[in-house]
Amino acid sequence: MSLTLQEVQHIAELAKLNLTEEEQLRFQKQLSAVLDYAAELRATDTSKVSPTATVLPLRTVLREDVPQPSLPRDEILKNSAEQEAGCFRVPAVME
Amino acid sequence: MTLHTLTIAEAATKLRAKETSSVELTQAMLKRIEAINPSLNAYLTVTADVALEQAKKADERIKASNASPLTGIPLAIKDVICTKDVETTAGSKILKGYKPPYNATVVEKLNGAGAVMLGKTNTDEFAMGSSTENSAFGVTHNPWDATRVPGGSSGGSSAAVAARLAFGGFGSDTGGSIRQPASLCGIVGVKPSYGRVSRYGLIAFASSLDQIGVFAHTAEDAALLLSVIAGHDPRDGTSMTTPVPDYVSLLKGDIKGLRIGLPKEYFIEGTQPDVTKAVNEAVRVLKSLGATVREVSLPNTKLALSTYYIIAPAEASANLARFDGVRFGPRADAPTMWDEYRKTRGDGFGAEVKRRIMLGTYALSAGYYDAYYLQAQKVRTLIKDDFDKAFNEVDVIACPASPTTAFKIGEKADDPLAMYLADVFTLPANLAGIAGLSVNCGFDGDGLPVGLQLLSPAFTEDRILRVAHQYQQATEWHKKSPQI
Repeated sequence: MSLTLQEVQHIAELAKLNLTEEEQLRFQKQLSAVLDYAAELRATDTSKVSPTATVLPLRTVLREDVPQPSLPRDEILKNSAEQEAGCFRVPAVME
Repeated sequence: MTLHTLTIAEAATKLRAKETSSVELTQAMLKRIEAINPSLNAYLTVTADVALEQAKKADERIKASNASPLTGIPLAIKDVICTKDVETTAGSKILKGYKPPYNATVVEKLNGAGAVMLGKTNTDEFAMGSSTENSAFGVTHNPWDATRVPGGSSGGSSAAVAARLAFGGFGSDTGGSIRQPASLCGIVGVKPSYGRVSRYGLIAFASSLDQIGVFAHTAEDAALLLSVIAGHDPRDGTSMTTPVPDYVSLLKGDIKGLRIGLPKEYFIEGTQPDVTKAVNEAVRVLKSLGATVREVSLPNTKLALSTYYIIAPAEASANLARFDGVRFGPRADAPTMWDEYRKTRGDGFGAEVKRRIMLGTYALSAGYYDAYYLQAQKVRTLIKDDFDKAFNEVDVIACPASPTTAFKIGEKADDPLAMYLADVFTLPANLAGIAGLSVNCGFDGDGLPVGLQLLSPAFTEDRILRVAHQYQQATEWHKKSPQI
């Protein structure tokens, strides 16, 4: 088992993901199996290899700095659970 | 006249000759969807009103002799592609009820071409899966055998096209999500090269791997569909300006002297013998059409699965951070902001999505980034180099699209690693960013379809489409339909 239950709980907290106790135990087992499988990856010699983040021969792609029309405010807001005064409403961020 | 069995090319010819109308084609498909979809669950949303409206407009366009080859053709769209004001769920509870305020670029292009949208098709949640069993809205059934999966994640579009509930369809392919279901449903599925089709409006899973592609019965139809959606889009910084060739006219060339490579790492023990047999027989047909065949090696193939299952979840964990219940989707009620995020996400995501978010978060977390994520990106370079070297020796790589034919619903549902192995032959192409397709090349002993996968260098979709087209000219497999 390459992951401890504490590690599973720590990852879930990083990901802001509620997991039931049953899910924590199941994921501990299943994720450990996937990570064990990835051991072959870690054993590969890549000391002379550079990483591939994208296959494209592109660097930062910029468009001309000209304002473009954006979507109407009410269209953007219409899918949110709570709105107020033309804004998304969220619980207090700071105590 | 039986309309639903027409290819797109045939239907377009009949439309222009005024032998049928788009409204007739659309009504025929809607009628079939009404009768057959309840048992297949290929469509999550059927947009009958939109479809008939678009069909009427298409008929006017045809009357005015202002039609393109897709004008008036009814098509299916995977539910990870945003459609303005039409519910788009990505197969997830966390997007239940979400009506995008904009269209994906591919949808805009289809609208411009006058195509008809029949509805939105089922998918594994956020395109994570190989069977559609991970959909929050029920599994899609394989039209060839309802007790089996259609493959995934684009199983809804694939099943809809195979069952002739659409003339063609659209999906997305991050690790095989178009080619594998096309193989399991016995049709053509094309994953274009990374950067060939705009991803604007595609709900992101793994941004360096995702690509929108097409489903059809014939390579010719696939070429017609791809012609419309391919090309540069200023709204997607990863779409390339490389000119789009005329895929349809390029189908016609022969394949004499074409060099086909068979990667020895893809013809291995563990693959269903019927699959290897059908693929070898297809290669023999290609040889009889003038292609030369030789063995090639992609030595790092065995590392592709673990490379993919570090990179894709890592990118997914970042992409799915946006689902916090604030801007879209249902929102859980909890006393503090963080509790609300945790509960919204815990309630909204299904098991496989949670697994991948966890895996990706771990691979990106302090102390593990170098060992997993960076290492996976380095091995990705090795896998890409393998293809570059092989394509110095051959023009096209041929191999199975899937190690098995369609498996039983539930067979792999509790074993993530076994499910991940379903994509072992398709995901290297995503890591390398090259073009790939699957074309039906026969059936196993149970009458289930087998897919031949063809791969070619980035931005040479015309080449594999031509090979598949010439193969279909010489064979009859694409004329077989499931009995439903």
